[in-house]
Amino acid sequence: MPDATGPDQIFQNALAMGEIVLPRCDDCGAYHFFPRILCPHCHGTAISWSQASGKGRVHTTTVVRRKPERGGDYNICMVELEEGVRMMSRVEGIAPGDVTIDMAVTAFVGEAEGAPAVLFKPSEG
Amino acid sequence: MTTELRGKSAIVGTGHAGFGEAHGLTAYDVMAQSALAALGDAGLKLSDVDGLFCTMMEDSMPALMAAEYLGIQPRFIDGTMTGGSSFVNYLTSATMALEAGLCDVALIVYGSNQRTASGRLVTASRPPAYEAPYNPRYPISAYAMAAARHMHEYGTTRENLADVAVAARAWAQANPEAFERGPLSREDVLGARMVGDPLTVRDCCLVTDGGGAIVMVRAERARDFPKAPVYVLGSAAESSHRQISQMKDFTVTAARESGARAFAAAGVSSSDIQAVELYDAFTINTILFLEDLGFCAKGEGGAFVGDGRIAPGGALPVNTNGGGLSCVHPGMYGIFTVIEAARQIRGDAPGIQLNDIDLALAHGNGGVLSSQVTAILGSQNTL
Repeated sequence: MPDATGPDQIFQNALAMGEIVLPRCDDCGAYHFFPRILCPHCHGTAISWSQASGKGRVHTTTVVRRKPERGGDYNICMVELEEGVRMMSRVEGIAPGDVTIDMAVTAFVGEAEGAPAVLFKPSEG
Repeated sequence: MTTELRGKSAIVGTGHAGFGEAHGLTAYDVMAQSALAALGDAGLKLSDVDGLFCTMMEDSMPALMAAEYLGIQPRFIDGTMTGGSSFVNYLTSATMALEAGLCDVALIVYGSNQRTASGRLVTASRPPAYEAPYNPRYPISAYAMAAARHMHEYGTTRENLADVAVAARAWAQANPEAFERGPLSREDVLGARMVGDPLTVRDCCLVTDGGGAIVMVRAERARDFPKAPVYVLGSAAESSHRQISQMKDFTVTAARESGARAFAAAGVSSSDIQAVELYDAFTINTILFLEDLGFCAKGEGGAFVGDGRIAPGGALPVNTNGGGLSCVHPGMYGIFTVIEAARQIRGDAPGIQLNDIDLALAHGNGGVLSSQVTAILGSQNTL
């Protein structure tokens, strides 16, 4: 795990190295996202980090309509990871309107706004 | 609010200004015009105001700016910012402050010039760190995802959503104060420009200028004013998240809790309510809130709003001024739910005046379905 102090730093530093890590409460065992210094479920403060499975399903989705000259339409969705946490992201590799609720997706570290970010692609098979 | 506070405070003045386009005016100008209108309605002066309840999108200390602009020195101030629900929330804090003797005349006020200033919804908040990189369009992407999930779970259709917009427009067409009064059909809504699937531009609230104000006093002196008093019978809030990615169930809002507690405080139920004023930032809001406030079962909101049920002449009058979808939406619409509910009870609604309204509900929404505040207002007959 990268040497960092704050939960946001730990997450971002891992991303910068191409890894997706998730915070998990030592007391109740539940994962949470976004990273913070306490568990939002049981309010425990002992937090450990582990590698994310990267497996998720689209919980809900939308298409942001944008003029072609400004880059065209793009996807925004909420993905629920196997670990039970949800995050905003986008599914790449298919048309934004073809992203459907319950679709199985796999995480990868890509780039958004010039910085490393968690993105998803449709799962194979 | 608890049952001990039932009917302890009353609205004795309402006012608004700058509906549509307030050319040449700042947001604070519109705020002040609204304040004067409400105080005039109550037969009071600015110098009578000793409690101020205000927030705006303009800067980080809007309540202080408003007091300074108005030339008043309030001894009680509440600038709690929960988005568009703030002004419904102030009904609770104003009632508490009045009842505790912390102020005698409470002014709730808001103003915005977002349409003429920028032409888009103005926000003073920073994009959330774990959402911003994906460029969601706020607030529509959040509401679009709630609508998509509702459609997925309950079979709600784009036609159902369109029926909400069509009903709002029908109310607005009879309201000379409303900004959009042209005809609107289900086909118009469905065929309008898609902004964030499944929502078209006609599923979205207006972007207008406008301000609103409410004057409140203790109930014991509420009958000494020119207009019939409108009593706050119950009000309650619940907040569930700030960022849409933290919303636990995209089809259920905290209006379930705020509504249940407001009804309990007022000692009435949804079936007693004669006029329903909901914060309809998007068509899905009306469906979610009708469900969560108990007017229909969860998942049945789509069908419920069909066949003109919430339109003029329907069984349940909803958003009788035309709502944020067709009347006015200056960024934080919540105060207008209270104003329209109060005017229906007083009998001086600007558009269609319903007959003999004693009980009305005002519901404010803030953030991205984040903060929910419900208020039950009643006439003298309900005390």
